[in-house]
Amino acid sequence: MSSSSSASPPPASCRLAADIGGTFTDVVLETPQRRYSCKVLTTPREPEVAVMDGIARLLRESGITPAGIGLFIHGTTLATNALIERKGARTALLTTEGLRDVLDMGHEKRFDAYDLNIEGPAALVPRPWRYAVSERIAADGSVLRPLDEDGVRRAGEAMREAGIEAVAIGFIHAWAYPDHEQRARELLRTILGERVTICLSSEVCPEIREYERLSTTVANAYVRPLMGGYLLRLQERLQATGLTCPLLLMMSGGGLTTLDQAARFPIRLVESGPAGGAILAAHLARECGLDKVLAFDMGGTTAKICLINNGEPERSRRFEIGRVWKNLKGSGLPVRIPVIELVEIGAGGGSLGRVDAMRRITVGPDSCGSEPGPASYGRGGTMPAVTDANLVLGRLDPDRFAGSALRLDRARAEQALREHVGQPLAMDAFWSAAGMSEVVEENMANAARVHAIERGQDLDGFTMIAFGGAAPLHAGRLAQKLGIRRVLIPSGAGVGSAIGFLRAPIAFEVVGSELRPLVRMEPAAIERRLQAMQEQALSVVAPASAGAPLEITRLAELRYAGQGHELRVRMPAAREGAITRETLQGLGERFEQAYENVYGLRIPGCEVEVVTWSVTVSTPTPPAQVAHLAPADAARAPEATRECWEAAAGARQPFGLHWRFDLQARDAVQGPALVAEDETTVVVPAGWRAQLDSHGHLRMEVAA
Amino acid sequence: MSATPNDTLAAIRTQVMWNRLISVVEEQAQALLRTAFGSVAREAGDLSAGVYDTHGQMLAQAVTGTPGHVNTMAVAVSHFLDRYPLNSLVPGDVLVTNDPWLGTGHLFDFVVVTPVFRGAQPVAIFASTCHTIDVGGRGFSAEAGSVYEEGTCIPHLKLVRAGVLNEDLMAVIQANSRNPVEVRGDILSLVSSNDVGARRLLDMMQEFSLGSIDALADHILAESGRAAREAIARLPDGQWQATMDLDGYDAPVALKATLRKQGDRLTVDYAGSSAASARGINSPKCYTDAYSVFGLKCLIAPDVPNNAASLAPFEVLAPEGSIVHPLRPSPVTARHVIGQMLPDLMFGCLEQALDGQVPAESAGSIWVLAMNRDARHGTPFNVMSVGVGGTGARPTKDGLSTTAFPSGVGGIPVEITEAQSPLVFWHKEYLADSAGAGRWRGGLAQRIVIGARDDAPFECSAATFDRRDNAARGRQGGQPGAPGRVEVEHPDGTCHAFRGKGAIPVPAGGRLRVDLPGGGGFGPPVQRDAQREDADRRNGLISRSSS
Repeated sequence: MSSSSSASPPPASCRLAADIGGTFTDVVLETPQRRYSCKVLTTPREPEVAVMDGIARLLRESGITPAGIGLFIHGTTLATNALIERKGARTALLTTEGLRDVLDMGHEKRFDAYDLNIEGPAALVPRPWRYAVSERIAADGSVLRPLDEDGVRRAGEAMREAGIEAVAIGFIHAWAYPDHEQRARELLRTILGERVTICLSSEVCPEIREYERLSTTVANAYVRPLMGGYLLRLQERLQATGLTCPLLLMMSGGGLTTLDQAARFPIRLVESGPAGGAILAAHLARECGLDKVLAFDMGGTTAKICLINNGEPERSRRFEIGRVWKNLKGSGLPVRIPVIELVEIGAGGGSLGRVDAMRRITVGPDSCGSEPGPASYGRGGTMPAVTDANLVLGRLDPDRFAGSALRLDRARAEQALREHVGQPLAMDAFWSAAGMSEVVEENMANAARVHAIERGQDLDGFTMIAFGGAAPLHAGRLAQKLGIRRVLIPSGAGVGSAIGFLRAPIAFEVVGSELRPLVRMEPAAIERRLQAMQEQALSVVAPASAGAPLEITRLAELRYAGQGHELRVRMPAAREGAITRETLQGLGERFEQAYENVYGLRIPGCEVEVVTWSVTVSTPTPPAQVAHLAPADAARAPEATRECWEAAAGARQPFGLHWRFDLQARDAVQGPALVAEDETTVVVPAGWRAQLDSHGHLRMEVAA
Repeated sequence: MSATPNDTLAAIRTQVMWNRLISVVEEQAQALLRTAFGSVAREAGDLSAGVYDTHGQMLAQAVTGTPGHVNTMAVAVSHFLDRYPLNSLVPGDVLVTNDPWLGTGHLFDFVVVTPVFRGAQPVAIFASTCHTIDVGGRGFSAEAGSVYEEGTCIPHLKLVRAGVLNEDLMAVIQANSRNPVEVRGDILSLVSSNDVGARRLLDMMQEFSLGSIDALADHILAESGRAAREAIARLPDGQWQATMDLDGYDAPVALKATLRKQGDRLTVDYAGSSAASARGINSPKCYTDAYSVFGLKCLIAPDVPNNAASLAPFEVLAPEGSIVHPLRPSPVTARHVIGQMLPDLMFGCLEQALDGQVPAESAGSIWVLAMNRDARHGTPFNVMSVGVGGTGARPTKDGLSTTAFPSGVGGIPVEITEAQSPLVFWHKEYLADSAGAGRWRGGLAQRIVIGARDDAPFECSAATFDRRDNAARGRQGGQPGAPGRVEVEHPDGTCHAFRGKGAIPVPAGGRLRVDLPGGGGFGPPVQRDAQREDADRRNGLISRSSS
């Protein structure tokens, strides 16, 4: 498997990245000269097999020896899959007496008003394994009932008998007062020994609102034995292969962490793939000098949309795992972890079209997947998928799809469209396809708009960065719908997430809830608390950062006292001096300004309240090489033209055909045009032009 | 007949704009959720948002929200236009009311209405509402003898005049509230959420070069009306009756409904129902309409979007002066006690038309735990939590445990309520044996035990605690759910059941114990799957034998 050639001395700066997805494991190797990448089928039972296989392939192809690799960065959906498929550890919960059904009760509301058949997610810990002990700390920290230590011991014995592998401890108000949780851990440890995982809610998720905190803690305990075991096995395999370089893990918040921390808080790894995509987009934003970016990632089953301001993706701490009822918001397990804020909707190349009772065309959220696939694959699919619509609209060349690996059958696509969309609406296949395309684009546009308002953003002036197999087909029209005038389609978009891993900083965020009016806080006490949080984050990041300078970001989540939702406001850097009364006043003012920007007014006379402090320690973001755009020559003559749907014009028009690898730096492609490449096609709308920049990214914009 | 390309294109654009309107009102609702102050609005989701055409017809409503608000607001806007015709309004005007008969059924809900102008031309109207924490009067209680005692009533008024906030009006509202800052914040949140909606709508009109949305409105209403009528037409013609007994305030209440279906129209008639109560559990007609139609729509046309036209084929008749059509000055604060039972009554009628496809009865109206203490008895506070029971078993599934139905609101985290008050939730867990047995069992209810950590007394309103004498009934041979129960635990260890709907006094060192009602079962208990029965037993959800 490994090349024994002694071709070159190992370049110190070669780096590897691997992203384990549901279907494919993507591996990327970057040398100072170039980039190698491959896709290997994921091996769910032993995921390390696919990773090692992909690494071996790239080492062979590049002629680099294992010793030549300086860093390996890894991301995986293993934790997510274990949670969705309920294949985690036998997990118990130790909780406050009288409140042991918090996990089942959830939000106590229906997430769909009219559907009488809804069902929520089953709790990760069944009721018999939820052990309640007598203890109680009040919201003000007073101990109403001491911890019943014998009760904890009895629970520990019962857990041992039940063969429990992981324990979550979650007591009421432990977000602020962790003493009872800490003591309970000591007691359980002596009974259960070192092999059983124990997670505290006050460490995994120290935030107010018991359901979200316990849900997060239990999810962490549930995947920890599995992830810990996998990461150890992977490390052994890597070392056996001679890959002794540091191994870092990609987290859902977009930062990297050490193997040790990943094994402690595996819940923070759940969305690492999409996070990688967002990190790539953020890097491209810096390369291309774009301060406001909408990242648009569209694959086979879902589309993800993420906002990136000043080269930084939006972040939050809310995520829902495994939405079990029609993928509806509210039907999954909530976890509060640092995540890159993105919206994921059921809109991809495989999303299926049909007509509802109001004679409206609907697309998705269900998808045909790779089996049977779209009707045009000729593998038994009879429903029209978005890919079928794109074929019928003339956007895809049936002979050149997926690098000519698969010949698309236009007649089958037309038949599916006619049958499921055209007949109920008295439209032909072409118009049915146009309708599906418009609807899927509108769905994505709506999701983007709602997402933007939730994040308090106005999309005016944004640039879209589009990657993933299906994104280039729809990016232009989506941009038009959102009022976006510039679109960038990067090179190497197919393995975007793994490339993104290589652009991520080493970072760790520590949060703590507070819930007090800003004006009534003692500046010195806050400074002490933030310093302690900073030390904690430093202890994670410093050992992995190889001496790189570290950046410290302090944020406060604030709201008007009495509200339930917060806005994140950046605080002055620690190096600007300790927190003073003035710092706090300034913070209040910044909050009110942010509030006014989002909601259009302030609420004078209302106290501003701190809900959460957050401290992130991170290595600096890798420097970006600025990409340049050469002055364009006159419009490039197309190789041919093809009749194609022009969505904004609402008509068929002749589109110029271009092959991406033939384009030169000064070539200007005038829309309407199609720029084809191996795995996808870029649609350049009428009135837009496109040109390659010095990094090989295709830049598309409204022609002046 | 095949459509021309231009017609087809127009049809696709219209559909896209329709989807856009729905996302615009969702943005509006999200803005409200994120800025609201009262925990019932921001944590439990007791709010609503919608967009209307210039005739006051509702075109779209947010998914986020609760039926009692949504369907009442559908007609509230036209009342505003009667008082303030659109041509009398100018850009920057915002209207408000909390009149129960003109808004959403009780004084706690402020409805804020904002006309949207493109230039000088009015093009649409946005409306939103949420439950504010306090409007004075007797607070959240059913004890008032008339609406005049229930708090401050704001008739149709201008809240903002050409962009300038009516501070005089705000001062009156604030001066009459126990929580003046929060009330102000909630009202301003309503104003700004409508602004968010208006901005998005104007963006859309710009993008599609629309001078008016009238054509779009016509299309939405025509298609939804047609879909709703088609769904109704699929039911057999006929006439069905159902009755329901409830505890009432101081005397039992009988509800009676006759459902008539002919062709594509449905009429509900509440003739034969009890007269209005002397206390505040009466459901104003707008609220009765809202929940009646909600119940019918869940079974008949769940996928048809809510708007003026899809609601129109459902007609609701009720005798004036009855408990489902009380006239001013009947008190109405706890109107949901009656209103939220109506979907189960509708199910009772439809059961006869849709044999075997209708769920069993649910706990019904949510139990609002409105708890407070005035300064004479210690540190004052005024907080609201929510208690929910079980839903009825479904024809192919168990009911949902501790989940509100038909209300769309949810629970409020214990830690949130405790951080706002000296209260301690000593217990909040599933209540074993509370679900009605059946082939499918009802949803479980819960027991909640609350004390105060500062050893001073407090009160809790029992205004909304029904189904203590009248359990949720099973269907198709299923058993009823357990009825609700309220007890006060005294510091000396004694326990006293509390009856009635007044204020429950909890003495210093004592605790309030509330057992919510469970959902009814579906099908004979002997047909219960043995494995499910075992699982329930193993989980401690049933202790007795159910068959």
